[in-house]
Amino acid sequence: MPGLPTVYRWELRKLRAQKRTYLGLGAAAAVPAIFVTALAIRNGEPRDVAFGRYVHDTGLAIPLVLLLFGSVWLFPLITALVAGDIVASEDRDRTLKTILTRSVERQRLFAAKALAAVTYATAAIALSGAVALAAGILASGFNPIVTLSGTEVSASHGLALVGASLLVYLLPILAVACIGLLLSTVFQNSAAAIVGTLMFSLLLQLIGILPGLGGLHPYLLSTQFQAWQGFLRVPVDWAPVLRALWVCALYALPSLLVATVVFLRRDVAGE
Amino acid sequence: MRGAAPIEVRGLVKRYGEVRAVDHVDLTVERGDVFGYLGPNGAGKTTSLRMMLGLVRPDEGSVRLFDRDPQLGIAALEGVAGFVEAPAFYPYLSARENLRLCAALDGGDAADRIEEVLDVVELSGRARDKVGGYSHGMRQRLGIASALLRRPRLLLLDEPATGLDPGGMRDMRELIRDLAARGITVLLSSHLLGEVEELCNRVAIVRSGRVVYEGSLAELRDRAGVTYLLRTGDDSLAIGVCAAQTGIEEVREAPQGGLLFRAAGKRAVGEFSLALAESGAPPLELSPRQASLEDLFFQLTEGDDAAAGAARMAAAAEELA
Repeated sequence: MPGLPTVYRWELRKLRAQKRTYLGLGAAAAVPAIFVTALAIRNGEPRDVAFGRYVHDTGLAIPLVLLLFGSVWLFPLITALVAGDIVASEDRDRTLKTILTRSVERQRLFAAKALAAVTYATAAIALSGAVALAAGILASGFNPIVTLSGTEVSASHGLALVGASLLVYLLPILAVACIGLLLSTVFQNSAAAIVGTLMFSLLLQLIGILPGLGGLHPYLLSTQFQAWQGFLRVPVDWAPVLRALWVCALYALPSLLVATVVFLRRDVAGE
Repeated sequence: MRGAAPIEVRGLVKRYGEVRAVDHVDLTVERGDVFGYLGPNGAGKTTSLRMMLGLVRPDEGSVRLFDRDPQLGIAALEGVAGFVEAPAFYPYLSARENLRLCAALDGGDAADRIEEVLDVVELSGRARDKVGGYSHGMRQRLGIASALLRRPRLLLLDEPATGLDPGGMRDMRELIRDLAARGITVLLSSHLLGEVEELCNRVAIVRSGRVVYEGSLAELRDRAGVTYLLRTGDDSLAIGVCAAQTGIEEVREAPQGGLLFRAAGKRAVGEFSLALAESGAPPLELSPRQASLEDLFFQLTEGDDAAAGAARMAAAAEELA
């Protein structure tokens, strides 16, 4: 019986062979490149967001500004593009019956799919961050950055903080991936799962701006997209980072559990 | 478990809402059988196969493949391969890559057989092409190839010749015959009577989710009985003789001349023949007309009463005459 690494490798191979993977990764790379190009041409800056005023002073500000913009729909959409499709595409192509009649248990297959969706989401964030850094440094230089506390940190220290911020940003992204995986498993339809995941993400953001619901803010997934800002304070504010850990787990783990149960128990019936 | 039957199904039930897609099906496929699972579309054949392969959970009953339950784990599919409905592959991968994927999920030395099975199904020349561009027939053959990767002792094939052109159907039948000759037990689901008649030694006929016949084709034909065609120089005289003859029933005119009748046995036919000669209407032709598998199939699957079935058989015999 093949092990999880073998099944996982083939899930990645399938992702590498599909256009939607490159559409998502292409968007993750293109958006920062376009953003930096637009800044260079217009010579303006997005002053109303954190680090926006520093985009011409240091390239380190570019990925941080993009993390703020990207949390609204860009990164949830890129994540949902694969997570919402990874099970549903097997229904669409009617290939589930093909792979479930080989010598691999359902739980192993589902674990490989979940890992592949997580790998893709991580790759998208890493790629976006790398392109934003490279383009930003090319355009504005590798210079020290001013933190949210007003203190300046060296460029190398700033680079480490950007890396840590990207890692913390992954927490809500992985939660979105788990929700996408759940909808993909339940709906058995890629479009419904992708749109559903995005709508869920937007709905949480809407709740975040509704008056009178301030008490919910710390527990919204959308709020966790700002947790990385804890690293950009001196000293580091760990509270939002730690809260992001368990709040994201509250969204991710039940989704993953329900998706697993549905996948294990479902009938692979006719089309 | 060397002695266990390749397939043993007992009391299998699957409901979709109010509809019983599979209704208390019992089935035994013995080693070496090429077993035809025959029924019209919607009779529950594919659902039964899905349950046999562990893709669908039965509401009641059990499936055992070589004495192992496919609902309890993938180990029950060891030595078992096949496909339900049309075989499906990843359209964005080549045939060879699809087989590599299948082999990786099979484990063992399956990957070593990829070129061999491509050769068996004559797809070696197109193995680098993406499956998305394959014809239906090529996908069917690729389905067989992916099944052979598992070195099956039992092959479950769901309508393997459906959608193929006559040449493709012939090739598919030859392939199945060849696989059976190698000792692989085959369960062949089909609604193509000729295919089943040509390939299978035993059949189960299914109607509205229920098995209405299980056994050999020869037994099935025996069960249906024989209609006789009689030609004489004077049919009206012959009809009079029939009426007085015991064991001769259901006499009627054949559309192309002569009479059709059913007899209680060969002795009754012999006595009838003598009586005809003595009455001055000697038989010019007296021959049995065996009901075709098609007649039997319609009789069993369309749900009419025995008389209607017999009438249909008679009509078929009339056409033959």
